[in-house]
Amino acid sequence: MEEFILRVENVSYAYEEGAGMAVQDMNLAFRPGEMTAVLGHNGSGKSTLAKLLNGLYTPTVGKVTVCGMDTALDEHTWQIRQSAGLVFQNPDNQLVASIVRDDVAFGLENIGVPSAEMPGRIEDALRDVGMLDFIDRAPHMLSGGQKQRIAIAGILAMRPRALILDEATAMLDPKGRREVFSVVERLNREQGITVVWITHFMEEAARCRRVIVMDQGKCVMDGTPAEVFTQAERLRAMRLDVPPMVALGDLLRARGLRIPREAMDIESMAREVLACR
Amino acid sequence: MLKDITLGQYYPVRSFVHELDPRVKILLTVAFIVAVFVGGSLWAAIPITLFIIGAAKAANLPLKLLLKGIKPLRVILIFTFVLNLFFTPGDTVLLQAWKVRVTREGLTTACRFSLRLVFLVTGASLLTLTTQPVALTDGMERLMRPLAKIGFPAHELAMMMSIALRFIPTLLEEADKIMKAQMARGADFESGNLIQRAKAMVPLLVPLFVSAFRRAGDLAMAMEARCYHGGQGRTRLRVLKVGKNDYIACAVMALLIAAAAVVG
Repeated sequence: MEEFILRVENVSYAYEEGAGMAVQDMNLAFRPGEMTAVLGHNGSGKSTLAKLLNGLYTPTVGKVTVCGMDTALDEHTWQIRQSAGLVFQNPDNQLVASIVRDDVAFGLENIGVPSAEMPGRIEDALRDVGMLDFIDRAPHMLSGGQKQRIAIAGILAMRPRALILDEATAMLDPKGRREVFSVVERLNREQGITVVWITHFMEEAARCRRVIVMDQGKCVMDGTPAEVFTQAERLRAMRLDVPPMVALGDLLRARGLRIPREAMDIESMAREVLACR
Repeated sequence: MLKDITLGQYYPVRSFVHELDPRVKILLTVAFIVAVFVGGSLWAAIPITLFIIGAAKAANLPLKLLLKGIKPLRVILIFTFVLNLFFTPGDTVLLQAWKVRVTREGLTTACRFSLRLVFLVTGASLLTLTTQPVALTDGMERLMRPLAKIGFPAHELAMMMSIALRFIPTLLEEADKIMKAQMARGADFESGNLIQRAKAMVPLLVPLFVSAFRRAGDLAMAMEARCYHGGQGRTRLRVLKVGKNDYIACAVMALLIAAAAVVG
C-alpha cells in the first residue's frame, strides 16, 4: 500500500488567469485511514482544495496525486474520481434520480459496473449509511440529513478509498449533522476509508484525529486537535472559534483544575470534571 | 396551492400490465393510437372499448381512475361534439329547428370524433398509470437509441427528462417558499385581473430562475464528481427484457387492430 492516498505538492490554484490565488503553495498529504478535519473561514480556499483533491480542478502550479495518479492527466480522471469521492454542501443539488435506488446506481452506471452486480452494491452502500429502508423512496420526501446520507451512499457504492466532504453538514439541522457525522466516522473506523472532513463546526473538527486550518489559501496549522485548539489566540485572529469544550477546559485550567488538553467533547469533559472532585 | 399539482400519476400496484417492458408499452400505446384511427365507423368503438376495459382489469386499475383522465378534457370534448354535430354536411335530416339542423352524418361524426378523443386520452393514461416515470424515460432512451447513430441526442434527452422529474418537486417547494416569503412582506398574488396577477409573478420567477441556474451548476459539478461523462460506456441498473407476457400483449394489440379494421 502506498504511503499517502491524497497528496498535494506545492499546489497553487487561480480560478482565472491573473486573478488571485484561491489556494497558495500548499503541501499536504493524507495517509490511508486518516480522518482529517479542514477548518477555515469563508474564502479560505477549503472548497477549492476539495475540488483539487478529486480532479474537478487541476492545479495551476504544482501537482495533486490520488493513489499515486496525477490529477492533471486525462487518462486517470475517472479512476481518480472513483477513488476519491466528493460529497457537496447542498443535499438537494447533488441527487440526480427521483428514486433513491436509481440515485445510488448513478455512479455505478457511469463507471460501467455490470447490471447484475449493481443491486448488491447499492444495498451494501445503503446499509452502510443506515438508509436501506428508504431504497424505493423519492429523495425530495427525505430530510436533509437523510439526503446527505444517500449522497454518501452514492459515492460509497463506487468503493472509494477516500471520502472528501465539502461542508456536508453546513445546511443541516443539528440532528442531521450528528447523523451524517457519525455515519462518516463509522465508515472511517470500520472500513478504513480515508476522510477529509471540511467544515466550520469546531465540535466536529475536535472529533477528528488531525486538524488542518486554512487561511487565505494557505495551510497555517496542521496537527492533532489538542495541538491546534490550544492556540486559541491564533485561531481567533483567523476569525475561528475554539470548540466550546476547549474554551471551558482553558477556563477550568486557569482556575487550577487539572483537566487534560485532550478533553474536547462533552463526554470526556464530563468524565474529567467528575474525576477532579 | 402549488402542492395540488400531482406529478406523474403512477398507480403503484403489481399487475400483468405494470410488469410489461416499458419499451413494449410505449410501442403498444402507439399501436393503440393506430387502432383508434383505423376504424372508420362507429362500430369500431366496440372492440376498443372492450380492450380498454380488459386492459384496466389486467392492470388492476379501477376504471374510475382511468376515466378521471378525461375530466380536464371536457370543454374540448363538448366543443368537438357540438361543432361536428351542427356543421357536418349531410342529407338525412334528423332534427330541424329554425336554421339549425342535425343530420345523421353529423351525429355519427360527432360521436366518432369525441370517442376518439376519449380513447386517446385513456390509452395514454393507461401507459402513465402503469409505468414509473423512471422506467418510462429508460424505455424512451432505449427506443431512441438507434437514432443516436444519426446524431440524435437520445441519451441526453432521457437524462434531461429524468433530471426534470427529479427537480420539479424541489423547484415547486422552492417557489412555495419564495411566495410565502413575499406574501409575508405584503406581496399580493391572488387579487386583480389577469395582467396584474401575471405581473405579480415576476418577483417570484426571477429568484426562482436564479436559484434554478445555481442548482444546475451545482448538479453538473456533482454529476462530474460521480464520474458522469455522457452516455458512452454507461451501464444501466434496470435491465429491460422482453418476455413471454410482452409477446402476449403484442398479440392482443394485433388482434385489436385487426378487429378495428375488419369492423370499420
